[in-house]
Amino acid sequence: MTYARLPALLLALLAVAPAHADPIPPGERLSGAAFMSRETRTMQEDDFANPGMLWVREGEALWAEKAGAAARACADCHGAAEATMKGVAARYPAWESRDGRPVDLLGRINLCRVRHQEAAPLAWESRALLALGTHVAAASRGEAIAPDPDPRLAPHRAEGRALYETRIGQLDLACTQCHDAQWGRRLAGNPIPQAHPTGYPLYRLEWQAVGSRQRRLRNCMTGVRAEPFAYGDPAFIAIELYLMERAAGMTIETPAVRP
Amino acid sequence: MRRHGPPLSRRALLAGGTGLVAVALVPAVRASDETMDAAIRAFTQGGALRDGRVVLDVPPLVDNGNSVNLSVTVESPMTAADHVRSIAVFNQKNPQPQVAVFHLGPRAGRAEVTTRVRLADSQRLVAIAPMSDGSLWRASTDVLVTLAACLE
Amino acid sequence: MTRPLVHVPATARKGAVITIKTLIAHPMETGYRPDENGRLIPRDIIGELVCRYNGKEVFRAELAPAIAANPYVAFTTVATETGTLEFRWTDLTGKHWTHTAPITVVA
Repeated sequence: MTYARLPALLLALLAVAPAHADPIPPGERLSGAAFMSRETRTMQEDDFANPGMLWVREGEALWAEKAGAAARACADCHGAAEATMKGVAARYPAWESRDGRPVDLLGRINLCRVRHQEAAPLAWESRALLALGTHVAAASRGEAIAPDPDPRLAPHRAEGRALYETRIGQLDLACTQCHDAQWGRRLAGNPIPQAHPTGYPLYRLEWQAVGSRQRRLRNCMTGVRAEPFAYGDPAFIAIELYLMERAAGMTIETPAVRP
Repeated sequence: MRRHGPPLSRRALLAGGTGLVAVALVPAVRASDETMDAAIRAFTQGGALRDGRVVLDVPPLVDNGNSVNLSVTVESPMTAADHVRSIAVFNQKNPQPQVAVFHLGPRAGRAEVTTRVRLADSQRLVAIAPMSDGSLWRASTDVLVTLAACLE
Repeated sequence: MTRPLVHVPATARKGAVITIKTLIAHPMETGYRPDENGRLIPRDIIGELVCRYNGKEVFRAELAPAIAANPYVAFTTVATETGTLEFRWTDLTGKHWTHTAPITVVA
């Protein structure tokens, strides 16, 4: 019932949305946390109240667990993620030389599984992959986002920006029309944030679980009545590259909590 | 402590739950003033309720009804002679009126509990605290749950 | 898979009231949600959390489906003596998960 009321609200937004929006000036950038209630911010800040920490701890156990034909644990090569993975989530997606393509953090974990543990890749959005990803990304909590400077990423980043600015779906809306032009205003009862991916994987109250950046992007695509890309689609990696560049210098919050 | 627990046992909760599952096949199952009052009467066994001493703290406007911070504090010295036995929370519009019962005693030191609840809609919440002297104290509050925009 | 996350202060003064925070990974499936075929997903919730301090029950919570997924419960207890706090979560089928936390009580 509540869902049926959405198109009207989105159409109202569409009526006022300019076709082009300027990027948000660096000084005006705000994490999604700035748009949340005090209670939800407190939930994120207290490690014993933040349910995302359940995934971090689960990931910590998986990190130390031997897997695959190689009977090797992540920890056997990488040691303690808290130390060795610091800054990694702040840099990804990164260039993957062997395949000649960019990969995001969860994709990298699966490449490691296949190549070094000789195990089957974990399913996208599976609990185990999210737990490992949350554990690795939490090692960068407090670090400034510093995108991989590899020049080979540039065309992918540009493609991501183009996708971010392209109108899609039955509602014919581009990401930029909400998140650059309308941030701070309300869509139904909720404030529109600036779409900075500072806390992924994150615990979303709506999901009642931790989910990935790609799950959130799929959510947005469904919201504008577009067919979402499949998990792992290069178009998603391109958008993630652009979003991370757009958020460069902002602080990693994983495991973030969002409404 | 268990012996002094209020009459809403886990067994009763389960029995109530089973009944409600059958009803759930009818669309839009929800508790109401009537079912909430009945659940409260079952808990208090008809004892007289007084307003006061209990503070039920819920944010007036919530980010998402899937997880709403709820804390209850009760004014009590929490001594062997004078303490809160339990704190029960009820709601008006979820599918069933019970939310939780927290069993305390003098060893709690303070009568203070916090949890997170689901609220299907804007509604009234009631907290009831039976004291060691048999008196029953109540607080209630209205919560506004806004329409979520980005559902999945 | 279900790993509880519990905060108990490592040390406390005798007689001090300490705050305990507990989280456990659990979907708290209400029993009211239909699956994609329109059939109700069976109820699967943690119905009870008990805390024992050196074997003696100091706190017990009965939880209904209205409690949010990954249940969070915080409460207080008086630091009486050095020992162990034991936490036990039990679902409707009787399956349970436990966690223990040591506490040192100083004069």
